[in-house]
Amino acid sequence: MFYREAGDFSTTYAQDSQTFPIRFDRYRYYAVMALAFLVVPFVINDYWANAILLPFLIYAIAAIGLNILTGYCGQVSLGTGGFMAVGAYACYKLMTAFPEVNILFHVILAGGVTALVGVLFGLPSLRIKGFYLAVATLAAQFFLVWLFNRVPWFYNYSASGQINAPERTVFGIEVTGPNTEAWATYLFCLVFCAGSAIIARNLTRGTLGRTWMAIRDMDIAAEIIGVNPLRAKLSAFAISSFFVGLSGALFFAVYLGAVEVGEVFGINKSFLVLFMIIIGGLGSIFGAFAGAAFLVVLPVVLKLVGVDMMGWATDIVAHFQFIIIGLMIVAFLILEPHGLAQLSRLAKEKMRLWPFPH
Amino acid sequence: MPDQLLYAMEVTLNGLMAGVLYALVALGFVLIFKASGIFNFAQGVMALFAAATLVGIMDGQVPFSHLINAILGTKVHHFGWHIPAIAGILMAIVVMVFLAWAVQYFVMRHLVNQEPIILFMATIGLAYFLEGFSDLMWGSEIKKLDVGLPQGINIWIDETTYGWFGYGFFIDNLDIVATIIAALLVVALVAFSQYTKQGRAMRAVADDHQAALSVGISLNFIWVLVWSLAGFVALVAGIVWGTKSGVQFSLSLIALKALPVLMLGGFTSIPGAIIGGLIIGVGEKLFEFAIGPLVGGATENWFAYVLALIFLVFRPQGLFGEKIIERV
Repeated sequence: MFYREAGDFSTTYAQDSQTFPIRFDRYRYYAVMALAFLVVPFVINDYWANAILLPFLIYAIAAIGLNILTGYCGQVSLGTGGFMAVGAYACYKLMTAFPEVNILFHVILAGGVTALVGVLFGLPSLRIKGFYLAVATLAAQFFLVWLFNRVPWFYNYSASGQINAPERTVFGIEVTGPNTEAWATYLFCLVFCAGSAIIARNLTRGTLGRTWMAIRDMDIAAEIIGVNPLRAKLSAFAISSFFVGLSGALFFAVYLGAVEVGEVFGINKSFLVLFMIIIGGLGSIFGAFAGAAFLVVLPVVLKLVGVDMMGWATDIVAHFQFIIIGLMIVAFLILEPHGLAQLSRLAKEKMRLWPFPH
Repeated sequence: MPDQLLYAMEVTLNGLMAGVLYALVALGFVLIFKASGIFNFAQGVMALFAAATLVGIMDGQVPFSHLINAILGTKVHHFGWHIPAIAGILMAIVVMVFLAWAVQYFVMRHLVNQEPIILFMATIGLAYFLEGFSDLMWGSEIKKLDVGLPQGINIWIDETTYGWFGYGFFIDNLDIVATIIAALLVVALVAFSQYTKQGRAMRAVADDHQAALSVGISLNFIWVLVWSLAGFVALVAGIVWGTKSGVQFSLSLIALKALPVLMLGGFTSIPGAIIGGLIIGVGEKLFEFAIGPLVGGATENWFAYVLALIFLVFRPQGLFGEKIIERV
């Protein structure tokens, strides 16, 4: 009834190629943005920020990054944790080396540094493919974590080997350090998250995104029709790593505040982000959000149900979490390889035709 | 002879032994990959699950005791019997065969004809599931596994080398036994795949699914067989590693050690897995010995991967892998 393109005429080229061509989608998008920017900051409290909203926003950025590489360009990476660590440590070094510069620039520069490292580790992708490459990216994961653990320069020779985020402000409001307020950290991450999503969405539907998808679908065929595989693959690695680095920097500076690299950015982090895009949907920006939301909320719900309602021990609930995540991955790969995003696409198709079946 | 050289020789020998253990895990990967084109990330967790099951059976642990206690409020934990190692191993094999059937029936059957990378991700999911399942079934604490394998320093080698060089080499008995087991396993597996009817069918499936089907080979049976074999190899690896360092979560990480071995040796080659394992074992021990102290140690975590990565750039199919031919 209301979800129709009928009667919504485009009069300019810009209107015709907008992200949300259907009016209902567009208004829903504006409503979500208004809710996120204008309502949530006023009602948020520490529990919601730290348990759900901050990790959701930060993981969503990482998932967008990995989705560009894996979902759009078809290069499976298991090094996401390592690249997040690069972002975190780059941000830390910049924050401590240039305290007078605004942290906004530090976070963006941290993404840039990660992009360079990503290109370096992306070079082998020109020669090796498929799961050979997936295993090769594990080299990045293990090497980078080892590097940050063992070379004292990266953690400024601190005795504990940890890095701690110093207090920094944006427009006079603290966003890192121990005395932050929930709404400030939330808004800080939200700006980055929304920005990343908009940039990623527009990149993926432009020339660059099309060359990525051509490489994903068949790289030899793509090369024959004139796609430069060197540029396509390396740009995917660079842009993907940029977003992953952003999320690593935010994860360390804003969300955790103190990081021990082996624990926080270990291989499990790589798998977690990979699972987010499998469950959410490979090759879809909305999927990155859906998957991040799902895997952030799942442990919270399991803990509520298992520990608080049933009174089970936390380790049993943790084991169940493994089992459920494993089952979900297998089930999604079998039943709906395009993830939650595809489910929402199907729902939209149904809505457009409703109430008629065909 | 100078001391440094002697140390290096000892490190090399230990590296060779470690390499055999890596090769043992890598073998399980190669088996499944050859027969079904699936790169089984869950191999390490299968070793953990197999070893935990063996300990559980031998000690008479009640499966899921934590869960039962949490739901019913009871306090069961052990049946109170002890089963000899050989019977325990047989029962563990039965469990692994059942697991193989379940994997085939519930997962792989539905993923026929999917891209290899999708199958790979499915096995990552399987690894997560098995990890949680194993902990839930047998508990996550560190367990001691003792099936009667000898352990400790080998006196004979120690004394002989002392007689030769004036310096005794430290070689663990367990490593020697593991080497023998691995050699026997390889011979048995090669003989199985070359000379038995099922082995031939297995190779036929690996070559071409449809052609194998058309001459009357049951795909389902072959896949159950292959996963059972992989489960058996996982059990052997689990026993050796479990005896060495206890049955615990880190056992599942040996899969991560085996991956670079595979990349180096090629995914499709049994000799490749063994030689790759030896190269990585010796390489990482020597690197840690020679370069490790200069850069802060613990290089073993990444050395194998970086070595394999550099190697792959020059030879993408590994040492003994089949030539990759691509068509549009």
